Amino acid sequence: MKVRALFVIVGCAWVSGALAIDTTRLPDPALQARYEALTHELRCMQCQNQSIADSPVGLAADLRREVAEQLTAGRTDDEVRDYMAARYGDFILFRPRMSARTAWLWSLPGLLLIGGAVVAWRIVRRRSTMAANDPEFDAGDEER
Amino acid sequence: MTRYLLPLAAFALLAIVLGVGIKQSKTKGVVVSPLIGREAPDFTLPDLLAPPKKFDSRSMAGRWYALNVWGTWCVECRAEHEVLVAARQAARLPIIGLNWKDDEAEARSWLAQLGNPYEAVPIDAEGRVAIDYGVYGAPETFLIDPRGVIVHKQIGPLTPEIWERDFVRRATSPTGEGS
Repeated sequence: MKVRALFVIVGCAWVSGALAIDTTRLPDPALQARYEALTHELRCMQCQNQSIADSPVGLAADLRREVAEQLTAGRTDDEVRDYMAARYGDFILFRPRMSARTAWLWSLPGLLLIGGAVVAWRIVRRRSTMAANDPEFDAGDEER
Repeated sequence: MTRYLLPLAAFALLAIVLGVGIKQSKTKGVVVSPLIGREAPDFTLPDLLAPPKKFDSRSMAGRWYALNVWGTWCVECRAEHEVLVAARQAARLPIIGLNWKDDEAEARSWLAQLGNPYEAVPIDAEGRVAIDYGVYGAPETFLIDPRGVIVHKQIGPLTPEIWERDFVRRATSPTGEGS
């Protein structure tokens, strides 16, 4: 029984390895980790909803080669991102960068949180003043 | 008062956001190139039409030209090809055909069969020049001015109307910007 389970696990692992689109292996494990992170955050421009790490099309393979070569040559992650964005536009980056155009995108969640806190605080304050000014309300509250 | 004003303001904001989204939906999927208005990247590649020689993009300095990215594996390029051949016969704007990740023999027989609209055919076998130009799907066509600046980019096949309006008219008007 145990042996069979082991076969299934090993089999699944083998198949997922065989199905991987990107088989690039860089000599340095740290470089390999950066390579994998970067290729997962760059968009495949041909398919648009896949990263270049997951896409089987030729252009994605070319862009992966470009990332691998640039990292091996000692470029930083940001330099690679800039290189891609200069050619394909910010659209190629799955993580939008902070700029004048995307400032609203990044600040909106914070602003909404502050707005919600202000509304909540005002409601609580109104209720508490209502309760303080209304002796009946107060008494009724105590009875319960 | 604020009781009604606040939901109304929220609704107005939502309507604006959705309205902008609907207006832009026509161009969804078309990515505007950041290279427009910038200098076209220089390159030197072997020329399919004159084997030992190489094509240098700097040799086009001082002239308007169109850079058409194509490949024999590209289905829409076949439909576009007759537009290019007709454009060459009209001879109003030279066309350079960047042959993208293609098989040389197949590219040659394609031009022999369908006609050659190109002044030169640089072979980009590894796709490196295509990356420099931000190409993501053939056919794509760039209009480059005499200073070497990319003025316009067409994504997808050219039609006679698009060729006339976006390419020839821009290149032949005295100010360099078609009306």
